[in-house]
Amino acid sequence: MDLYRKTIWQLRELLDRGEIKPEEVLDSVLRRIEEVNGKINGYITVLEDYAKNQIEKGLPEGPLSGVPIAVKDNICIKDQLTTCASKILYNFRPPYNADVTERLLNAGAVICGKTNLDEFAMGSSTENSYFGPTRNPWNVECAPGGSSGGSAAVVSADACIAALGSDTGGSIRQPASFCGMVGMKPTYGAVSRYGLVAFASSLDQIGPMTKDVRDCAMLLNVISGYDRRDSTSLKFDRPDYTKALTGEIKGIRVGIPSEYFGEGLNQEVADAVKKGIEYLSSSGAEIIDISLPHTDYAVSCYYILATAEASSNLARYDGVKYGYRTEKSSNLIDMYFKTRGEGFGAEVKRRIMLGTYALSSGYYDAYYAKAQKVRTLIKEDFDKAFEKVDVIVTPTSPTTAFKIGEKADDPLQMYLSDIFTISVNLGGLPAISIPCGFDSKSLPIGFQIISKHFDESTLLRCAYFLEEKFAVKDKKPPL
Amino acid sequence: MMKLSLDEVKYVAQLARIEFSDEELEKFRTQLDAIIGYIEKMNELDTENVKPTSHVVDVNNVLREDEVGNSLPREEVLKNAPCSENGFFKVPKIIE
Repeated sequence: MDLYRKTIWQLRELLDRGEIKPEEVLDSVLRRIEEVNGKINGYITVLEDYAKNQIEKGLPEGPLSGVPIAVKDNICIKDQLTTCASKILYNFRPPYNADVTERLLNAGAVICGKTNLDEFAMGSSTENSYFGPTRNPWNVECAPGGSSGGSAAVVSADACIAALGSDTGGSIRQPASFCGMVGMKPTYGAVSRYGLVAFASSLDQIGPMTKDVRDCAMLLNVISGYDRRDSTSLKFDRPDYTKALTGEIKGIRVGIPSEYFGEGLNQEVADAVKKGIEYLSSSGAEIIDISLPHTDYAVSCYYILATAEASSNLARYDGVKYGYRTEKSSNLIDMYFKTRGEGFGAEVKRRIMLGTYALSSGYYDAYYAKAQKVRTLIKEDFDKAFEKVDVIVTPTSPTTAFKIGEKADDPLQMYLSDIFTISVNLGGLPAISIPCGFDSKSLPIGFQIISKHFDESTLLRCAYFLEEKFAVKDKKPPL
Repeated sequence: MMKLSLDEVKYVAQLARIEFSDEELEKFRTQLDAIIGYIEKMNELDTENVKPTSHVVDVNNVLREDEVGNSLPREEVLKNAPCSENGFFKVPKIIE
């Protein structure tokens, strides 16, 4: 039995009936990792001993009991390597667990590895990793998207059952779209960021990356909730998200923003997304044309705010308390400069520079203060739209997966590949990407659904309905 | 037209505490200049009467009691240090 092919809910049934044991599931996944990881480089660290040890110690009863889950390598696991795909943290073993790690372990999950990412989650292709690029399982010449490209690739390639990623400007949804699987960014504040290595604190959010929508709801049930250790964590009534998966969407008001269907959108992507809108319409959802007029300014706004926050968050990497330290320094100040010069990769340096520039005296008002005001306008666009609609649907990305190296020397082009996902982070909204078809090169296309703050249930309801209609979730990459 | 001068890039690198080679500085100047050019698109918008966003969800200040709690054991924390001695982080000499 190829247990590694199963979803969380399929394994749950088999495990609960006692037909299989957690050891067998883990073995199956570990063998699959051995078979495919050389081709896709989705894992930075495979936690074989750690995972076996969890099972030997006895797993807690819970919704994930016995299910192997992979975790993006910017999420802390006590005493296990957490590198952020950076030379500057190549040997870092955190002395504590992230909140989501604790929740996974308490729910009985078997954490089987740490997945590859763009260094410090900065990128859209998982090429900017100190441990080498991850490859797209659908075509190994192509990028898996980023920055959670490792998590997307290992879920898509069945090298784990499900995974966690983090999404700052689309880093869960864009790779989910490129790799043909389900990825969700929850409402800002719904999942604790305690133990997630900070990139841009006002935008970062951890979320599920799964083989189908049911698994996404199950994983969200486990990881969301209030945590006093994260001051931006919010208290809210958490429903059972699996209850939203009814297959019924009659009466739901669906907004189609004109700004997301214009120039620059690949025709095959547009056609696939329009098919989804027809499914919704013919099943009784109400389709409403809307406008999000400040969409054009989202990328500019994002790259000021995200890099400003990054320049501040990454000031802590100075070679003193943890991580890499240069061997060539003559004094303390020189040590800071050389450690950071040698330890960070090009994209991280570029963003620290941009953020430092935007915050520097004389430029603060022109860039940072301006961007915080533009953010308000973008957020108000959504507020107005959600007076008329329950969800907004768009393509996840304007194109399917691009070739590795294609945009490496053109950071601006790379930044524009997140053009449809970034506004959601600026507004703190929840959004999901599900596969909706394939282009003529057999590369997956992603469909994005956005909803109101804390209305993940309506989002999942629509996603589940469309997943049935699209009927592509069981198609597997040629690995 | 290049708006960002090499001296400006060097100054920002000083603020960011990062050492660059001359070649890297030149490359970053071109790339940052293109990115900043794009970002200036924001200036098309009149934001005179717009309030800046401080938090995306309506929340008030988060406060908690100032209570003494557990901290991480010193040896645990020092385990990750590139250099330590007698329970302290060790760094190169500061005073000449």
